[in-house]
Amino acid sequence: MPKLFAILFVFMTALAASSAHAVQPDEVMSDPAREARARDLSRELRCMVCQNQSIDDSDAPLARDLRLLVRERIASGDSDAQVIDFLVARYGEFVLLKPRFNSHTLLLWLLPPLALAGGGLALWVNMRRRSGSGAREDESLVKLTADEEARLERLLDAEASSEKPL
Amino acid sequence: MIAESGHYALVLALALALIQSTVPILGVRWRDPALMNVSRSTALAQFMFVAVSFVALVMLYVTSDFSVVNVYENSHSSKPLLYKITGVWGNHEGSMLLWVSILALFGGLVAAFGNNLPLSLRAYVLAVQGWIASAFYLFILITSNPFLRIASPPIEGRDLNPVLQDIGLAVHPPMLYLGYVGFSISFSFAVAALLEGRIDAAWARWVRPWTLVAWIFLTLGIAMGSYWAYYELGWGGWWFWDPVENASLMPWLAGTALLHSAVVMEKRNALKVWTILLSILTFSLSLLGAFLVRSGVLTSVHAFATDPTRGVFILLILCIFIGGSLSLYAFRASALKQGGLFAPISREGALVLNNLFLTAACATVLIGTLYPLALEVLTGDKISVGAPFFNLTFGPLFLPLMIAVPFGPLLAWKRGDLLGAAQRLTAAGIAALLAVAMLWAWTRGGNAFAPLAIGLAVFVIGGALTDLAERTGLFRVPFTTAARRARGLPRATWGSAFAHAGVGVALIGIVCETTWNSEYIGSMRPDDVAKIAGYELKLEDVTQRKGPNFSEMLAQFTVSRDGQRLSEMTPSKRNFAARASSTTEAALLTNGASQLYISLGETAADGAIAVRIYYKPMVLLIWWGPILMAFGGVLSLSDRRLRVGAPKPAKAARGLQAAE
Repeated sequence: MPKLFAILFVFMTALAASSAHAVQPDEVMSDPAREARARDLSRELRCMVCQNQSIDDSDAPLARDLRLLVRERIASGDSDAQVIDFLVARYGEFVLLKPRFNSHTLLLWLLPPLALAGGGLALWVNMRRRSGSGAREDESLVKLTADEEARLERLLDAEASSEKPL
Repeated sequence: MIAESGHYALVLALALALIQSTVPILGVRWRDPALMNVSRSTALAQFMFVAVSFVALVMLYVTSDFSVVNVYENSHSSKPLLYKITGVWGNHEGSMLLWVSILALFGGLVAAFGNNLPLSLRAYVLAVQGWIASAFYLFILITSNPFLRIASPPIEGRDLNPVLQDIGLAVHPPMLYLGYVGFSISFSFAVAALLEGRIDAAWARWVRPWTLVAWIFLTLGIAMGSYWAYYELGWGGWWFWDPVENASLMPWLAGTALLHSAVVMEKRNALKVWTILLSILTFSLSLLGAFLVRSGVLTSVHAFATDPTRGVFILLILCIFIGGSLSLYAFRASALKQGGLFAPISREGALVLNNLFLTAACATVLIGTLYPLALEVLTGDKISVGAPFFNLTFGPLFLPLMIAVPFGPLLAWKRGDLLGAAQRLTAAGIAALLAVAMLWAWTRGGNAFAPLAIGLAVFVIGGALTDLAERTGLFRVPFTTAARRARGLPRATWGSAFAHAGVGVALIGIVCETTWNSEYIGSMRPDDVAKIAGYELKLEDVTQRKGPNFSEMLAQFTVSRDGQRLSEMTPSKRNFAARASSTTEAALLTNGASQLYISLGETAADGAIAVRIYYKPMVLLIWWGPILMAFGGVLSLSDRRLRVGAPKPAKAARGLQAAE
């Protein structure tokens, strides 16, 4: 089922498509607990020949092979981490839909929280600066400079001596 | 002849767009109203010509003119008429033509209904629209011409991809494009404000309806696409964090933030510079989406490198428009005066918080989508970033936002009372806690996260109701008074309550579907019975049927519960000979908001069919939520103050006004 999803969103030029059917009845493990583990793992693993699909969603032959492989490892007693390690050793990091945290993916994992923190910091700084300048504005409104005091005095004097301008 | 007329009309539209992008600016420079008014007539004429071009392509498809490459590659004479028409935008060239048609439509609308805009602002806005239009006309004419002919025409076409032969194609792309392209108007307004060096609350009031229209269509477009994927793909998934989906989600997140910051700007004359930046970013993300999807870079970085003409052209458009507008912003933004001081705890403060989380969520999606591409280009390493990554990073950003949503509308402008708002939300909080407690008791030992998330959703919905109750004085004054006040409330208030409640409704659907979805996978022969979530589904018969351009295998199921026969379901598998491919037509049975879902797989040699059956509780709420949100948007759009029109800005240039 290559690239089927992309077609749906119509942005892609025509691609070959077929019906979707992921996990086949003959793949299902007899032990429900193990089957559930296999399904959870499958959702984290990429079908490498598909566009952004997990092996749980894909009906490509490779995805089926990988699903069977995952179940085989689980049946032979591997833990989830061991299954993942096995697949990464065989197919590389590309097989993981959730990349591991390492030097290559440092920015990928850190940028989202940094974006939030950076945005919050910028807001805080901006707020402080503006409330600071706002306060100063208020003060400048209340307090007159010596020059203005003098002008005011002169105007008031002028009014007192009833020499109105105009 | 039709193809040539369409092609020629498109060239004329380009010529008009070039005039529209230059003459009005000279008009503003020389203060010549006649030249400024050129923007109006060219925008209208340009829309007319691009419409002619679009109709020409539709006619080529309807008449199945296979001497045109585009029609030959994407159509078939036996296809139903509806799919012949929708097939026009089911391919690269046609969808780009739809894109520019909608762009010209929006430009034409501004020209037709922008009479209350100051002349110079309208001239600038339409000129910027002209720049965008020219770039995309050139793109179509140079790299993606849908009107090219074949020297020796074939007798039959290659048919449209079967998956696209669905009513979804008639609705989803036009809606999505109306959303994407609609944001070009807020972009043009932002650039025009920067060019003019002037911006005020009236500006926000002009921009808001356009942003709202785009947002409504984008919301519906995304929801529609999601539902389409759900019923068509046959495994019941509705969101995949696919880069193509992310390309539509990013402008939606930024656009939602823009809607909220524009409110602050309109009411309080604050956040001007930020609103301008968001307008630019929202449309830039639309362009980025066009690049990601159209260049082929998603399929593989190498595919992009082997046939770079289209990709490089769009990348160029992207760089010029994003780079240009951001540089303009950097140079001119400081000239715009900041206004409207407010305390951190206030309506403005809440909307700023909303913007912070929405843009951070948007940044997360952007990083997750582009990181693998960048890493591969820079180091050659290939990694995958899929659903598990996004669930882990996007979720934690969205949940705090949801907690804050009910507080926002209850806080006063300038300086709010958080404690007072919290007191007024007591009822909503109690409802949320009750929901959590009941679900906890009901699903003992189950997932602990789901009841909490649903409690949060109930809190959001309760908060929206509280807002309405507070404003009408319901339970405090006689009911008739409250009803009278409710009628008197601004439509925008109703709109935001509906939209916020929609977010809560969608969240309930998402949590229920992901947590309590049950599934049956098995091989079935006629008379076999599958049991799922208390339902019994019996496979009665398997039959064959012929459709207009496909043959299909139908499986008839009878659904019963507690021995009582409820309904029939007939999922099918269709085979399309022209493309030698098949589609799964899932059967859906709706019960309230929940659905039973059957899809068929391969038939084994012994005649047994692989069958997948799902029971998806509350799944429809996932789409009812966005519909509520869009309905809220429509209510808000019908608000009197937007309908009647914006007032003249305080300092409109008088000389220019008089000339009109």
